Amino acid sequence: MATHRAPRTFSPPVPSSGPWGFLAERWELVTLAVLAIAPLVIPALGGALGGQVTNLFIYCILALALNVMVGYTGLVHLGIASFFGIGAYCLAILTVPMYPFQIGFLAATVIAVLVTAGTGLALGAPTLRLRGDYLAIVTLGFGEVVKVTLRNLEQITGGMKGLNPVPPPGAGVTLAGIDLGKEFAIDPRWFYYLALLSLAGVVLAMRRLENSRLGRALVAVREDELAAQAMGISATKVKLSAFAMSSAVAGLAGCLYAASLSTTADPNAYDFNRSIMVLCAVILGGLGSIPGTLLGVAILVGFDTVLAPWADSWIQQMNINPKGLSYLSFSGWRLAIFGVALVLVMRYRPEGLIPSRRLSAELHKGGAES
Amino acid sequence: MPRQAGPPDYRSDPFPEIFRVSVQFLLQQCLIGLTNGALIALVALGYTMVYGIIGLINFAHGDLIMLGACLALSLVGALGMTAAGPATTWVGIGGLVLLCGLFCGLLNVAVDRIVYKPLRNAPKLAPLVSAIGVSFIFMNVGLFWLGPADKSFPELLPSTNLLHNDALQFTWKDLLVVLIVGPLMVALSVLVKGTKLGKAMRAVSQDPTAAALVGVNVDRVIAATFFIGGFLGGAASVIYGLYINTIGFQMGFQNGLYAFTAAVLGGIGSIPGAVLGGLVIGLVRALASAYVGERWTGAIVFAILIVILVFRPEGLLGRRVKEKV
Repeated sequence: MATHRAPRTFSPPVPSSGPWGFLAERWELVTLAVLAIAPLVIPALGGALGGQVTNLFIYCILALALNVMVGYTGLVHLGIASFFGIGAYCLAILTVPMYPFQIGFLAATVIAVLVTAGTGLALGAPTLRLRGDYLAIVTLGFGEVVKVTLRNLEQITGGMKGLNPVPPPGAGVTLAGIDLGKEFAIDPRWFYYLALLSLAGVVLAMRRLENSRLGRALVAVREDELAAQAMGISATKVKLSAFAMSSAVAGLAGCLYAASLSTTADPNAYDFNRSIMVLCAVILGGLGSIPGTLLGVAILVGFDTVLAPWADSWIQQMNINPKGLSYLSFSGWRLAIFGVALVLVMRYRPEGLIPSRRLSAELHKGGAES
Repeated sequence: MPRQAGPPDYRSDPFPEIFRVSVQFLLQQCLIGLTNGALIALVALGYTMVYGIIGLINFAHGDLIMLGACLALSLVGALGMTAAGPATTWVGIGGLVLLCGLFCGLLNVAVDRIVYKPLRNAPKLAPLVSAIGVSFIFMNVGLFWLGPADKSFPELLPSTNLLHNDALQFTWKDLLVVLIVGPLMVALSVLVKGTKLGKAMRAVSQDPTAAALVGVNVDRVIAATFFIGGFLGGAASVIYGLYINTIGFQMGFQNGLYAFTAAVLGGIGSIPGAVLGGLVIGLVRALASAYVGERWTGAIVFAILIVILVFRPEGLLGRRVKEKV
């Protein structure tokens, strides 16, 4: 290339001055502070709304897990929900009264995360030499295998009923005169804080990962595997690490999910649709971008739990749809809206709503080579 | 579990009854598997041709077929085909195949033009995700067309056994599959091997830039590929309705997945590979349902897919492609 371009820097930009610059640079802290204070100010978070927001946090963790694979490393993963499910079922097996283990939540979570990481390695190790599309199909197939297995191994997984009741975290533990298990069972705000804390931890870990040696290696492998190898990066190790990290974080999300619902729910909760929805959230928000991923999840979950019910009830009130026809209700268009959104985002803003600084340059270079 | 009676005495009867019955059962399952496999192969061709030419996993292909089946159901109702005599029925089925084939083919071309064409030079993830989006849109259209519940497709063909044999069943429906799939496969191979368009398609799939340099109209060839893939899918949708007799707006995903698995198994991009893969997947499905249990079929098919990809990533008949910087 004849024109000389300044090398792309991978170091975080110099914080800009002024109060808004501070907010933009420290958006995590500001959001965290707002979310931490919210339940104390908004009483509704002590009710059903609190449960919904907890769910949102859990999906954020799941999406960040997928982001390690798809965003940083550029490996298309269509079976993230299966790791979510493995985490949930591991936690349930270790804690439900049906099984003899019945260990505490923390220990069970640690074991479940290790198991999902191990499963991720077991899937990744033989499949890493596959090219992108083939890997996508292998992960998709793995997701189906896990779903079918969870559904059919009734003696172990409870079949379609799932495993329950998963005891709340801290059951039987009394700390400073507070029976934690009881508190978790009564007040959804405990789960809210637990999920928020976990999410904050995951965001922090991802932030550290992005700027670490391994994180840069992930991006290098995404950009050009052969060139990265020529630079002395072991692509196999790097991809395996991505697999393990992604699976482990997805497993953590699964643990929180099962604990907050106090059941694993039925295996269909961990099917391809969930994987695809999470992938949509990551792509919509911005591949490889932490704020983008969080925003993508917020938009998708917000669409399903806030906008669609609101629009449906509005249509109900206006009496537009007395016969209950599906194409006259808002939620009847759910799939089409998602579909159009995906197509439009890919066409006009492939880097997502909040693009990652590293990725946007890659997507706009044009050119089909590599 | 109580113990079974002892092993059959092979000395007195070289072919004991139990053995004959089990062989007949096996043959029957293979027959079912091959017929199903022919259907899967027809769908797999749509995946493999599009992949071969622009490297896109067309996630919407299964849902395209679902829409074809919707059209077929509507046409059967509108034309009053359930009341027709045998001769008219066969003509009607031919007409259905043609109409649904045209519908799916043109829809496929339209989607390519509107959605995938602007993304030709984009990174690979972009068309893939767009295809998932298109599949959602198709599913929603199917939901409006059919409603949320599965619909039964009328039985147009008598289910009399064509073989004069009580043990083996080969009905008119099975014959229909063979009668439609066979000629279509022959026509496709003649088209790809013997015509100018086929030559152009093979050239574009090898190297679009070089093909364009020697005067191939790449866009037109890609459109033709989408049309042919869609046409085969439309034909498959009619057969699916007549053969399986139940259609629903979610059928596209599962069937598309099996067909795609078949395409990958045979070596994606390879046309004979897709046919072979379809037949193998059909056989595996039938045998797994018969000997392991219907509910494990999905897991077994995908487990085999994973194993094959691990040991032979290019598929059974695929070419190994070297990656370049």
